[in-house]
Amino acid sequence: MKPARFLTSGFGRWLVTALPFLWLAVFFLAPFVIVFGISLSRSRFGVPPYEPLISNGTIAARLDNYAFLLGDSLYVNALLNSLKIAATSAAICLLIGYPLALGIARAPERWRGGLLLAVILPFWTSFLLRVYAWIGLLKSEGPINGALLAVGVIDQPLQLLQTSFAVHLGIIYTYLPFMVLPLYATLERQDISLLEAASDLGARPWRAFLTITLPLSLPGVVAGFLLVFIPAVGEFVIPELLGDSRTAMIGKVLWTEFFNNRDWPLAAALAVAVLALIVAPLAWLEHVRLKRVEATR
Amino acid sequence: MRRWSPWLVSALALGYLFLYGPMLSLVVYSFNASRLVTVWGGFSTKWYGTLAQNEKLLNAALLSLEIAAASATGAMILGTLCAVALVRFGRFRGRFLFLAMTAAPLVMPEVITGLSLLLLFVSLQQLTGWPDGRSALTIAIAHITFATAYVSVVVQARLSQMDRSLEEAALDLGARPLKVFMTITLPLIAPSLIAGWLLAFTLSLDDLVIASFVSGPGSSTLPMVVFSSVRLGLSPEINALATILLVTVSVCVIFAGCLLAKRDPN
Repeated sequence: MKPARFLTSGFGRWLVTALPFLWLAVFFLAPFVIVFGISLSRSRFGVPPYEPLISNGTIAARLDNYAFLLGDSLYVNALLNSLKIAATSAAICLLIGYPLALGIARAPERWRGGLLLAVILPFWTSFLLRVYAWIGLLKSEGPINGALLAVGVIDQPLQLLQTSFAVHLGIIYTYLPFMVLPLYATLERQDISLLEAASDLGARPWRAFLTITLPLSLPGVVAGFLLVFIPAVGEFVIPELLGDSRTAMIGKVLWTEFFNNRDWPLAAALAVAVLALIVAPLAWLEHVRLKRVEATR
Repeated sequence: MRRWSPWLVSALALGYLFLYGPMLSLVVYSFNASRLVTVWGGFSTKWYGTLAQNEKLLNAALLSLEIAAASATGAMILGTLCAVALVRFGRFRGRFLFLAMTAAPLVMPEVITGLSLLLLFVSLQQLTGWPDGRSALTIAIAHITFATAYVSVVVQARLSQMDRSLEEAALDLGARPLKVFMTITLPLIAPSLIAGWLLAFTLSLDDLVIASFVSGPGSSTLPMVVFSSVRLGLSPEINALATILLVTVSVCVIFAGCLLAKRDPN
């Protein structure tokens, strides 16, 4: 193919790049510089509720907030907890999503579109209301406890809400479509004749799955896992509505620090820490993965 | 060979039960006469009546729709420009930073995006006097910023698959680049622009966290009002709202699905 000749020079080309570039530089990049600056400040009463970093020509930067974050186990625990909850939820999501994706990929062709649409549809409805639905289902007078009581498995309602179980369930439920889509994309492209060959050679279906289907779908597995894990790590709404203080996740801790304790500099320091420890490695991982996907195309 | 084993059929059935069971429970309980949402007290549609009179909720819904429409349009324009620059311009100075800025919002936790934008608005106001406090405008700016990344991904996919020979032909025949873009490229990538607009619209309509950080007094969006009500416990009005939303979205998605299936029989 000829090299791109489309808008190779001139004002038009400059404008097409500069407009989004400037917007993102001002509203996406600059904020992080400010967050870093304020994380070195100290909170105070007043508007805005932090001390100016530069006053009378001197820079008053301090690392107090970072020392505080390291000193209090609450923050370190919340960070580890977020990673743990997000990883377990993504793993369980994979176990639920894989059969679902495989089922759609192996369905008669004219049904696939509809089945896939039915997986995506919940994504277009409200995230908040889908989490809200679980409050009703999980509470002690709710239908799940009601059914268990009626069957006689338990004689007292179980505490399901405000548990780590509920937080995991909420994450799995809301992010399941993100797991199914990439899995379906890799499974649907698989050559079914490989399975037929395996079966002709006497492999049992289970063995054929383990040696052919599963290894070939690994890119989808990695993509699905990351697509669930990444948003789950910083999740606020789910631990807030379905969890309790024992299931503190880093997003919720940051929210509390900002809205309830009104400590903007500390919240900013926490944001910087999360950026450096979680977001940067994840962004790099995604970058490597996408490069690899592009290379195999 | 049987490709669709009973195992897979039951996996599908359980999967869809898991996806739709909770949503259906919202619909069922919205017709419950009892205020204790999950304790059945007979059939009633009265919560739809009280919902229709809940001005706070209705105003918030209206505001959310306005913000979503404005930010989806803004994000569609910026996201398309991003995609054109990334797919068509080859290497240019600052491309890596550009790429990073259009991809990073996708992996950024919402609390961090929200916090950083708020701190930006506060600092900007101190330095320049703009923006004058937080309002629907700051929410829209925030939504444009994070939705641009999503639109860019959608449009990039379409642009890189597109057949370039038509553009090449038009350029060879002497058409100016802007004219080529308007008459050839744009109509060809239009479906991805619509998809991107809808995605940005939904993301904006659904956003609680970022809006909570950058909203001001009097600019509470629908998710913010729903959230503060849900925090206090279950409310049958929220169930009625959820039902209306579910029905609307289902009708739209099924309609769009049928339309697509008709146009493209494969």
